[in-house]
Amino acid sequence: MTILVPKAQVKIRIARRIAQEFMAQGRRMFINLGVGTPTLVANYITGNHIFLQAENGMLGVGPKAEGEAVDLKLINAGREPVTETAGCCYFDSATSFGMIRGGHIDATVIGAFEVDETGNLANWIIPNGRQLGVGGAMDLVAGARQVVVALPHTSSNGQPKLVRECTLPITGCHEADLVVTELAVFRFREGQMVLEELAPEIDLEGLRALTPARFTVDDHLKPMSV
Amino acid sequence: MTIDDKVCTVEAAVAMIQSGDRIMVGSFGNSGYPEELVSALAASDQNELTIISNDLGSPGIGLGRFLTNRQIKALIGNYYNWNPEVAAAKNDGAIKVTLVPQGTFAEAIRAAGVGIPAFYVPAGVGTALAEGKPTAVFDNRTYILERAIQADVALIRAFRADTLGNLVYYKTARNFNPLMAMAARLTIAEVDEIIPAGELDPECIVTPHIFVDKLVLKVKP
Repeated sequence: MTILVPKAQVKIRIARRIAQEFMAQGRRMFINLGVGTPTLVANYITGNHIFLQAENGMLGVGPKAEGEAVDLKLINAGREPVTETAGCCYFDSATSFGMIRGGHIDATVIGAFEVDETGNLANWIIPNGRQLGVGGAMDLVAGARQVVVALPHTSSNGQPKLVRECTLPITGCHEADLVVTELAVFRFREGQMVLEELAPEIDLEGLRALTPARFTVDDHLKPMSV
Repeated sequence: MTIDDKVCTVEAAVAMIQSGDRIMVGSFGNSGYPEELVSALAASDQNELTIISNDLGSPGIGLGRFLTNRQIKALIGNYYNWNPEVAAAKNDGAIKVTLVPQGTFAEAIRAAGVGIPAFYVPAGVGTALAEGKPTAVFDNRTYILERAIQADVALIRAFRADTLGNLVYYKTARNFNPLMAMAARLTIAEVDEIIPAGELDPECIVTPHIFVDKLVLKVKP
């Protein structure tokens, strides 16, 4: 298979594009970032109007802690030591998921193994007998106002990740709102998957060849900023 | 009776735990768990335990020691990928594991503590974790009926207590601890510091002392 976007750039491009999505709204937002690529989104957020929530009980998560700032009792949900921001606060896990379930969290950014054309997504388990954990994924996709899925367009061996129907156990039904890969941006509108942006490395025909999920093309299809 | 009769040694506290008990342990990935209580229980002969916790630490570390020491009959929690020994033990049929989405898990513990036997949530609708659970539609959205989760004993970690057992916590080490404090017949809190009643700011107390039965002072660094 042909490498369209160098591997090192895939995560960065996805994270930057998602950060733009939030910055462009120009309002106070509360966002939960999952582990992996979603965590990188924080690197591209500027200003002081976007507040990061960690579901293990913190609002106002700062950058990763390094050196003497590391406190093992101050971690994010990926168990990484983090820092405080001015005005940050701590709370128990029920309050934390109350924020999520109660519709107070504007967006969650999560990774996924698969997303399908109906917005179902699978990100919690590959049934190989070695994994046993769901964490907060199901609560987050059901509760956050916007579910942003950050994933490479294909797996490392070239298998499509945007599929007609999820083959892995799903995390939630029709919960995906925005899907960002290194090659394209799709938005679900009234249950329909719509292509809004396309990366410069690929054309529409090439994208369809890598995307079994059926989608329509926005009238104002834009180049994806890279 | 004196006002500080909640204070006891870690040995005395662990002696109150019976084999076969359902035990809640506050924790999130080796952060915010009662280290001395867990060490003492892991070194004890108590077994056939049902451990109710977010995760099970790492192999041989933190709560993971209960599994390494074969003290576990069942687990109720949500994230065991940090400890691959859990999946292995389940595959061998050595333990039973019940996964509950993390937010539902937290709410189920809270519910048990506040007298609510069951509640509806949207998390997990249409997924493998909803199988066999009743559903209902409210305002055109489907919800799952989930049951409260209660325990015989809660082992929790706080930062500072007063002699009555009022508690305050430390950063993200709070996690499930205040919820578990409410949800067990016997709640034992391990703390870094015990100060006279009246010296904690009443406005800042997170867990009121009515929920706390025993206090253990953490002595090891």
